[in-house]
Order: sequence, then structure tokens, then C-alpha cells
Amino acid sequence: MKILVCISQVPDTTAKIAFSDNNTVFNTQGVTYIINPYDEWYALVRALELKESGAATAVHMITVGKADAEPVIRKALALGGDEAIRIDADSNDTYQVAALIADYAKTQGYDLVLCGKESIDYNNGSVGAMIAELLDMNFIGFAYKIDVAGTNVTVQREIDGGEETDSCSLPLVISCQKGVAEARIPNMRGIMAARTKPLKVVAPAAISAVSSIVGYEMPPAKSGVKMVDAENMDELVKLLHSEAKVI
Amino acid sequence: MSVLVLVEHAQGIFKKKSFEAVQYAAHIAKEMGAGVTAITTGNVADSEMQALGAYGANKVLHSTDARLDNFSSRAFAKVVVAAAQKESAKVIIGLHDTTGKAVMPRVAARLQAGLVAGAVGYPDLSKGFVVKKNVFSGKAFAFVNITSDVKVITLMPNTYPVVKADGSASVDKLDAGLTDADFAVKVISVDKATGDVPLSEAELVVSGGRGMKGPENWHVLEDLAKQLGAATACSRPVADSHWRPHGEHVGQTGGTIRPNLYIAVGISGAIQHLAGVNGSKTIVVINKDPEAPFFKAADYGVLGDAMEVIPRLTEAVKKYKASQA
Ligand SMILES: Cc1cc2nc3c(=O)[nH]c(=O)nc-3n(C[C@H](O)[C@H](O)[C@H](O)COP(=O)(O)OP(=O)(O)OC[C@H]3O[C@@H](n4cnc5c(N)ncnc54)[C@H](O)[C@@H]3O)c2cc1C
Ligand SMILES: Nc1ncnc2c1ncn2[C@@H]1O[C@H](COP(=O)(O)O)[C@@H](O)[C@H]1O
Repeated sequence: MKILVCISQVPDTTAKIAFSDNNTVFNTQGVTYIINPYDEWYALVRALELKESGAATAVHMITVGKADAEPVIRKALALGGDEAIRIDADSNDTYQVAALIADYAKTQGYDLVLCGKESIDYNNGSVGAMIAELLDMNFIGFAYKIDVAGTNVTVQREIDGGEETDSCSLPLVISCQKGVAEARIPNMRGIMAARTKPLKVVAPAAISAVSSIVGYEMPPAKSGVKMVDAENMDELVKLLHSEAKVI
Repeated sequence: MSVLVLVEHAQGIFKKKSFEAVQYAAHIAKEMGAGVTAITTGNVADSEMQALGAYGANKVLHSTDARLDNFSSRAFAKVVVAAAQKESAKVIIGLHDTTGKAVMPRVAARLQAGLVAGAVGYPDLSKGFVVKKNVFSGKAFAFVNITSDVKVITLMPNTYPVVKADGSASVDKLDAGLTDADFAVKVISVDKATGDVPLSEAELVVSGGRGMKGPENWHVLEDLAKQLGAATACSRPVADSHWRPHGEHVGQTGGTIRPNLYIAVGISGAIQHLAGVNGSKTIVVINKDPEAPFFKAADYGVLGDAMEVIPRLTEAVKKYKASQA
């Protein structure tokens, strides 16, 4: 079984979000980038576990990004895996990202494609299901447990207001969330090994974006907190009813 | 030309978020001079489908294939694509829930259409087709212009209040030509918490953090939630310590919610927590530390011990409910 893990780079969770050029450009000044937590902690680590247990023969990771994404993909390689691929394109359009990955993957014979449930920057949660459609594969979203037995995969996943257990045979695309694996920290050996692992840079296929971000807006600032005396909860209920109008 | 909207029912009954999606589609259709066609699957009565007219649907396409009772993103996407072709759809709407997030990307990929996932506003047609959505886990909004001919949107539930009007929709069957291969993902078991309000759809949410001290104290929060008809949520360390199920964890690496009311008890208000909840319309923070950062993001604050304040609040809600009855 050959596994492909989709890795996106995102601003660190504590990054200050600000925009420049009349709110049209995300201000990257002082922002440190990390591997999208869902991709690193869950998708990648589970792929590595499957290789360690002998269920997988190879783990590749892929990112769509420019050269500035390389430190992040090197960090992914330091955790393990055999090969990294960077498709040399910069895109915020989920269709374009998915189509570029699918275009590369279609000739590589991957049996399992793992991605995160969403990227914490643009929060689309769309790339995985799109790749599945473009590769004519089955898709299971929001997995919190993945078991592989031969070519059969059992997945426990979240659904609205509950949980579901699914099974499907390979090939398959799965989006991962908490529960799938436990985060790992790269060790010195991994970091050294990553230096010599192949990082393939691939020119993007001719696929155009079908959407673009034209501007940003910050949420309205709160007008300030109104403190209510802890002894007087009737007052809070009254405010929630007549002022905030939420109950 | 039409605007399509995929709606789901639970055991034959449409839920509020479905009405919201239909109403959202109707608003867009009106601006574009198009009709609204809803798509639904499985076992649901004609009268229930006709009633979607009250929220602006002109027509309902019903795919009755019994296999659709179990969810399959591939089969559902095929149904939507078949409807899109039949109706010459220009805009396709789904909800940003676990169904919509699995189906609509497939539909968009099939139709090579631009997708806005998690919309929180109507498209602005004066500037192209520009839709507002959450980005950076609620820390900001982006305006996304879709340039393809067909446009796909998943709407964040709870974005607009639902208003019922008059109207009845016609019902038509839809045959999407599904094959067994479309149902290759087998659903082995489903475990739905019945009776409780699902967190993602809840209008009122009561949430607890480490300040609750331990799982044995949660009954106090649950009493308040019950009294309000609210769902319960928690901070990440609470889920990590298995005090609460991880489905309740909200924040940057958990669920993003935007209820009308979010009551945060014993939660400090770390940036990663705020990211998932600061779309809430009203935030109440109950904390014993006046320096807790959450107070800065709150509309109402109560300084005090959770175990004393919560029972008092529950009583006050009870009293208020009784006075309204
Ligand atoms: C990459 C990353 C992602 C993360 N993602 C998330 C996420 O998605 N969601 C999330 O929640 N966190 C997330 N975190 C963790 C986050 O940074 C905070 O550590 C976490 O939110 C703190 O949880 P807490 O507020 O419950 O606990 P604490 O920070 O320990 O706060 C407890 C609060 O309770 C108050 N308190 C104590 N006793 C009482 C009492 N008797 N009555 C009233 N108040 C009391 C205290 O004053 C304090 O403010 C993430 C962190 C990282 C690094
Ligand atoms: N630029 C990218 N390169 C590779 N994988 C990506 C990229 N963007 C998103 N993904 C994958 O798709 C998942 C969902 O992302 P999104 O649809 O952008 O929220 C992420 O968790 C990644 O696994």
C-alpha cells in the first residue's frame, strides 16, 4: 500500500492576523509558518504508523506551494516518510490545489490519500473530497480512527450530532482529525535523515483557479464587556433577554 | 436557470438548517431572476417536501433510491450533479456541515466550479460573485470571488434567522442512475445522540474549561444547558483529559461554532479557543480571575466561582422561563 499525505503550510496558531494594501493582502510580516496541525499530528503520523506496522510500503507527502513552503515540508520529512513532492504553485483556490494534486497523483498508484479535516488558515475542508472526485476514489471525511486490514479500511468518523463507522476497500481518500494518531516530535536522527531525502519539485499542470480572494475584513471589535454582579443572575437573564435578545 | 439547494431530513422531517439553506438559495435566486430547486433523498413525505415552498423553494427533486439512506459522498454528489444538469443550475448551495463538506467539493470538482466553503453572507453580484466567509478560524473574514460559470457555496448554519412565509413547492422524481459502485463506502453503524441539540447547529451553547475542576462538576453546567435548551461544549484541555467527549471541543483545532449565545465557564480565553467561538453573537464569560483574557472578548462578564454562579444562573433562567409561560 502506497500512501500520499497532503500537507499544507499555515500561520502558527498564535500568529497575529492583519492585512495590508487596503485589506487585500494577508500581512505575513512576523508570521511563522507551521504544518497544518491536522495534516501533521493526525494524517502524517497515522501514515507513518501504517508504514512501521508493515501495512504501508511507502509514505509520500505532497504540498502545493512555492519555495517558501520547503522548511515546512522538510519538517514533515524529519518526522518520517520516504519522499516529498512540492508542486510549484501558489493558490488559494481549492479546486486548483486539488486538481494539481490529483494530476500528479493519478500516475503514481497511491492506494490511500490522507489529508487534514481542514486547513486552519482558509478553513475550507474541501481539498480531500475534491481529490477523491478527481481521482474517482471513495472518500470518508472527519475520521478519528483508521484501521487497515489488507485492502480493507475501517474508519470511525464524526457526523453531525454523532459518530459513524464505515468500511471501504482501497483506494480511498480520508480526511483526518483528532483521535487518528498522537502528535510526534521529530528527533535528531529524523532531522539529519530528512536532509538527504528526496524533495521533488514538480511544475504545475495547466489548471486555472476558479476563485480568488478579493479582500479581507476583521470581525467587529466588541464594544466592551458589561460586568454583572455574581449575586444578581436575574439581572444577567434580563440583559440576555431584553438587551442581547438571545433568550 | 435555477439555484439548487441540497437539503437533508432526519427521519422524514426537515430541520431548521435546511430551511435556512432553502431561504438562502431563494434570496440568491431572486437577485438572479432564477427559480429555486431543492434536492432531497430517501424516505420523506410529499407534504413535507411541498412545505419547503414556505421558505422559497419552487420545486423539489426527490431521489428515492433507498440506498441513499446511508450516506455516501459519491452517490450524493452524483445526485446533485444530475439535478444540476437537469435544471441548468448556475448556483448550487449546500450546508457547511458534515454532509455538505463531503458532497459539495465533489460536485464543484466534477463541474470545475469555484467553491466558497462556509459562507457567512449573500453573494455580492455587483462585483462579480463575491461571497464572505470565515478565515483563520474565525479571526477574520475573506471575500471570495467565484469566476467559473457554475458556483458552489456551503452556508455556515445559523447565519440567518429563518422566516416562514406562504408557498408550496412542486415535487418531482430524480433518477441519478446510481450504481453499486457509488455505495462502495459501507456504513456499519451509526451512533447519534438523540434528543440533544447537535453542537454545530445549536443556537445556545454552555461551555466549560479547566476552571470546572473535574468531570464530576459538569452536572451543574448540564443543568444550566438543559434549562436553556442549550448544547454543551468545552475547551481543548478538557477534552484532552477525557472529562468530556472530543466532539465537544471547540476552538482552532476543534469545532468552529457561531451560536447566538456562548456562555464560557472557567475558560481563560486563549487565542486558539477564541478562534472557534468568536463568531458567536453574544458571549458571556464566567471566571474567577478578573484578568482572564476572555473578558476582553465578552459582551457580559461575571466575576465569581463557577460552582456558585452557575446554579444561581440556572435558577434565574428557571424563574424567567416560568414568568414567560
Ligand atoms: C496549536 C494549538 C492549538 C490549540 N487549539 C485549541 C482549541 O482548539 N481549543 C482550545 O480550547 N484550546 C486550544 N489550544 C489550547 C489553548 O492554548 C489553551 O491552553 C486552552 O484553551 C486553555 O483551556 P482552559 O481555558 O479550559 O484552561 P486554563 O487556561 O487553565 O483556564 C482555566 C480558567 O478557569 C478559571 N477558573 C479556575 N477556577 C475557576 C472557578 N472555580 N470558577 C471560575 N473560573 C475558574 C481560571 O481563572 C482560568 O481563566 C491550542 C493550543 C495550541 C498550541
Ligand atoms: N496547498 C496545499 N498543498 C497540499 N495539501 C493541501 C493544500 N491545501 C490543503 N491541503 C490538504 O487539504 C486539507 C484540507 O484543506 P482545505 O480544504 O484547504 O481546508 C488540508 O488539511 C491538507 O491536507
